[in-house]
Amino acid sequence: MGRKLLLHNQNVPGINTLEVYRTHGGYASVEKALKTMTPDQVTEEVKKSGLRGRGGAGFPTGMKWSFLAKPEGVPRYLVCNADESEPGTFKDRWLMEKIPHALIEGMITSSYALGARLSYIYIRGEYFYVARILENAIKEAYAAGWLGKNILGTDYSLDLSVQVGAGAYICGEETALLESLEGKRGNPRIKPPFPAVAGLWGCPTVVNNVETIAAVVPIVNEGGEAYAKIGVGKSTGTKLISASGHINNPGVYEIELGVPVEEFIFSNEYCGGIRNGKKLKAVVAGGSSVPILPTDLILKTAKGEPRLMTYESLSDGGFQTGTMLGSGGFIVMDEDTSIVKNLYTFARFYHHESCGQCSPCREGTGWMEKILHKILSGKGTLQDVDLLWDIQSKIEGKTICPLGEAAAWPVAAAIRHFRSEFEAYVKNPASIKDVHHYYRLHNLAEA
Amino acid sequence: MGAQVHGVQKFDKEKRQAIQFSEKAMEEIKEIISHYPDGKQKSAVIPVLHIAQAENNGWLSAEVMDKVAELLKIKSIEVFEVASFYSMFNLKPVGKCVLEVCRTSSCWLCGAEDVVRHIEKKLGIKDGETTKDGMFTLKTVECLGSCGTAPMLQCGASYHENLTIEKVDALIDKYRSEGRSRFYTDKDYQNTL
Repeated sequence: MGRKLLLHNQNVPGINTLEVYRTHGGYASVEKALKTMTPDQVTEEVKKSGLRGRGGAGFPTGMKWSFLAKPEGVPRYLVCNADESEPGTFKDRWLMEKIPHALIEGMITSSYALGARLSYIYIRGEYFYVARILENAIKEAYAAGWLGKNILGTDYSLDLSVQVGAGAYICGEETALLESLEGKRGNPRIKPPFPAVAGLWGCPTVVNNVETIAAVVPIVNEGGEAYAKIGVGKSTGTKLISASGHINNPGVYEIELGVPVEEFIFSNEYCGGIRNGKKLKAVVAGGSSVPILPTDLILKTAKGEPRLMTYESLSDGGFQTGTMLGSGGFIVMDEDTSIVKNLYTFARFYHHESCGQCSPCREGTGWMEKILHKILSGKGTLQDVDLLWDIQSKIEGKTICPLGEAAAWPVAAAIRHFRSEFEAYVKNPASIKDVHHYYRLHNLAEA
Repeated sequence: MGAQVHGVQKFDKEKRQAIQFSEKAMEEIKEIISHYPDGKQKSAVIPVLHIAQAENNGWLSAEVMDKVAELLKIKSIEVFEVASFYSMFNLKPVGKCVLEVCRTSSCWLCGAEDVVRHIEKKLGIKDGETTKDGMFTLKTVECLGSCGTAPMLQCGASYHENLTIEKVDALIDKYRSEGRSRFYTDKDYQNTL
């Protein structure tokens, strides 16, 4: 059993209330930071911890914080990115729903470190009910004096509120999120300037993922060095993994970074193996954007070493034979899965979610969806497979924001590792009918 | 967002005059505006549009958007720009219950297409259509962050997860008897998983 720093109390009855959360050590990091540490000391602990952004990019959080510009007389903001929309990812929702005060505590401690007096949690619109849970928790925190004026009698004051979005994957990109928070369309901004210099309403802003902010709590409580001792190398601490697909135990798991992928998939402590006794075919290890890997490459690196759940091990071999930890959205597919059809659901997703600003993404995502649809309709040609490859290569690196890469990478990886499946669909369209494009629910008796 | 393509809505001055949000909605709007610094009330446009949509049978007419612009002291076009970008805003009338079935990877892997086909057959509508009695609209949507509990659908503010055909049937019966979905703006709203 690995150490748990975020979800250790998830099964305590009433942990969603301030009272129970407090009796289990909640808000200790706020007391420690505000009463015994300077803001810079808090940032220093986060740097020492080696914590990396948990939203997907894995950028060192302490470094991001230290980039924040601090001009005199200009407000600074902390914005929590709770726009969790990467297909396969549902860990933030889990954390906010089960232990809302963990996020609020992290927001207070982090806002103190950054000198923010007004902070926001931007949550995706579909998570309405989670927004309500957070709003209620914020009310409790205000009533108990953890938010508002002169917290714990210090001269530090903080206001915190929740902003709901309205259904746009792109708003998980930090500059699009800030546009949305300003009440505009979620079109990403050209960088530089980075949000650390000109973010919300043109003021210096830090945008961090829910899990990142929640991880600040144990880091402050136990010290950055203690946190850095968990994990392997530059992958320190624990990570929430959202496991879904054809496994026996889908759900959110907090792992110490460094668990072998094979153990994660097959151990009963985690995914519990492939359901219905089927064999493993492929895994998307870090949310829809990261390259899909076939069984042999997800369990072992090209060098034959066991693949571990760390940033470095998952990306070992680059995109030729590796993938990324990403957001930790772990989608498992069994032997009957059509990789082409799964890719089609991704391509359709990115086409739907492209904001339309940059032509390569706006047009390219549409063409990729159309070509995949053509192949699945039995009308594809071998040239179509090459065309798909060509289009994805012309989106990557040519857009304002990383949605272009996110749309291109899954297409490239599916062709790279499963080209024969595309070719089989083209050469023998009748075989498409044999592939399980969908799974009958166990109790479906369709006439 | 490529999802919604819409024609130009006619603007009816009389309808616009008649628009009035409930007292509860106005209270909530005032509270939301207070979350932002002075002069930054435009930031409230998305949450306020959610309330406006709930007040207007689940969709945003040109008149309703104009009312929102007035409340936030911004131009109507600024509201329309936002409303037409985000997929949760309906710019056409919808049924009293909008069944939004997730179709992306994990949900597809676990049988989302069966759920869609079953609903289509049961209600006699296709994806994007509304039943003749105006009760149900079926909409397939992209990942709703419920991948570990797939397949799933959202109706109003409620998530319905680990769906089976029986569960879908029971849900449709339940919504039919209740008359409408629950919006998050309902004060007594509780998620009914």
